[in-house]
Amino acid sequence: MVVVVSNFGKKLAATGLVLGLFSAGLAWYIGGYLMVTPDSVASAATSAPATSELTLQTVAGLGDAYSQPTWVAYLVKDAHGVWRQSTNFTVPANSTVRVTVLQYDGASGLRNPFLARPEGVVGNTIEVDGKAVQAIDPALASHTFAIPGMHLVVPLEGVADDAPDQCEAAPCGLEKAHRTITFSFHTGSRGRFRWQCFVPCAAGFIHGFGGPMQTIGYMDGFLDVV
Amino acid sequence: MSSSPPRHGRRIALYTIIASLITTPLAALVLGPHLPPGHGSREAAAQVTDNTVLTVVMTPIACLVLVYFAYAAIVFRQRGTEIEEGATTRGHAGIQTAWIVSTTAIVLFLAGYGTWALLQTGSGSGQGPVPMASADGAVLPVQVIGQQWEFTYRYPTYGGLETSTLVLPAHTQVEFHVTSLDAIHSFWAYDLGVKADANPGADNVAIVRTGDARSFDVRCAEVCGLWHGYMADTGQVVDSASFATWVAGQRKAFAPIAGSMPPYRPTYQPDPQRRAG
Repeated sequence: MVVVVSNFGKKLAATGLVLGLFSAGLAWYIGGYLMVTPDSVASAATSAPATSELTLQTVAGLGDAYSQPTWVAYLVKDAHGVWRQSTNFTVPANSTVRVTVLQYDGASGLRNPFLARPEGVVGNTIEVDGKAVQAIDPALASHTFAIPGMHLVVPLEGVADDAPDQCEAAPCGLEKAHRTITFSFHTGSRGRFRWQCFVPCAAGFIHGFGGPMQTIGYMDGFLDVV
Repeated sequence: MSSSPPRHGRRIALYTIIASLITTPLAALVLGPHLPPGHGSREAAAQVTDNTVLTVVMTPIACLVLVYFAYAAIVFRQRGTEIEEGATTRGHAGIQTAWIVSTTAIVLFLAGYGTWALLQTGSGSGQGPVPMASADGAVLPVQVIGQQWEFTYRYPTYGGLETSTLVLPAHTQVEFHVTSLDAIHSFWAYDLGVKADANPGADNVAIVRTGDARSFDVRCAEVCGLWHGYMADTGQVVDSASFATWVAGQRKAFAPIAGSMPPYRPTYQPDPQRRAG
């Protein structure tokens, strides 16, 4: 039996095929764009029981070794001691996480001064360059590490404007001007929490809250408690 | 001898009346108490009543539509293979008048009822800086500050205390003052029946009287950026003794930053930031 397909049928099939391929390509492009997210970096285990360490640095701009655009960003040190551009972290459940932030960026100031008080950390106290503090000057905040779902806020004081040898692009070494902020917090049960910076630090964006403030991999990310 | 044509209109009316007599009491007495948003506050309970009234009013209308649809699908369907002309459609002044009068009456009733309900307490909605429905008696003012991406709360009667969690005393009239520091947010305390937009530079007042101790959901109901979907929290209504204890603890924790806080104001205009374009 011979099936005869009319010219109209052939045109219809060809049009359908082209439209199908175009739609699939469009879906693949949009899906790929939306699904791209940095790999998660796990905190490092310590000798103390149920305790791990997370080491971060905040920089005014990324160097050429990192993805573009070179916005203000957080970096995390992985198990090999390499500074990676990721804002997704994995930490153990029901444990204590000790965080060290090497803060290389200058001050922008908090829009809400209330967030200049550490909250949700052990003792409600952080250490800035080895000194315990219960609040910083809101005008001197450079960034925050905040996990609203845990009611955790840690303000990060900025490097002085006139500090010598400031780091312009990541990764930044300890010889560059920086502040060292350390704190600990307890994790509860498993879950995924978002974290963010509350300081309007996105230079050149409206109200300082565009660009890196709205892009995972820069000033926002996830904390996976596993 | 030919039989007289069936009186379709009367049949539909009869079926509609029977269906309405059965379903309307069910809507009022069975479904009504379970309608949202629950009984977490005086305003929420009033909204349940409002939603019950709307459901009761719309039930006979829904019955009419569904009965007509089913009747037409069964009685007026084509039988056999031969395509036939349908019955002639004619206007009916009585039916048209009844439809216009009844729908107008329903709309005017609902408009009047809604206006009356709004004027009672504001129905938990944001009423702007000068609310139409003012609080009756003593109130606890609580400022809700929206910011990308979290709500914080100030209690002006407790020295301008600001907190990251919302705790309210039970059986108390609360006057929310909702504002924003950046984009437009919307404060939605679902179980309390409160919803008020948070606009920068605006003081949006919403009044609510809390009920028994309970937890309630807080969400942002205005798309406000990357973490809008995560801008949610759980608030608590607690007894007065627990509230006093909570306030004392919060004031102690607030002390280190109290000196850096601006005085309480209905709205805030944060200083221009160094990097904020």
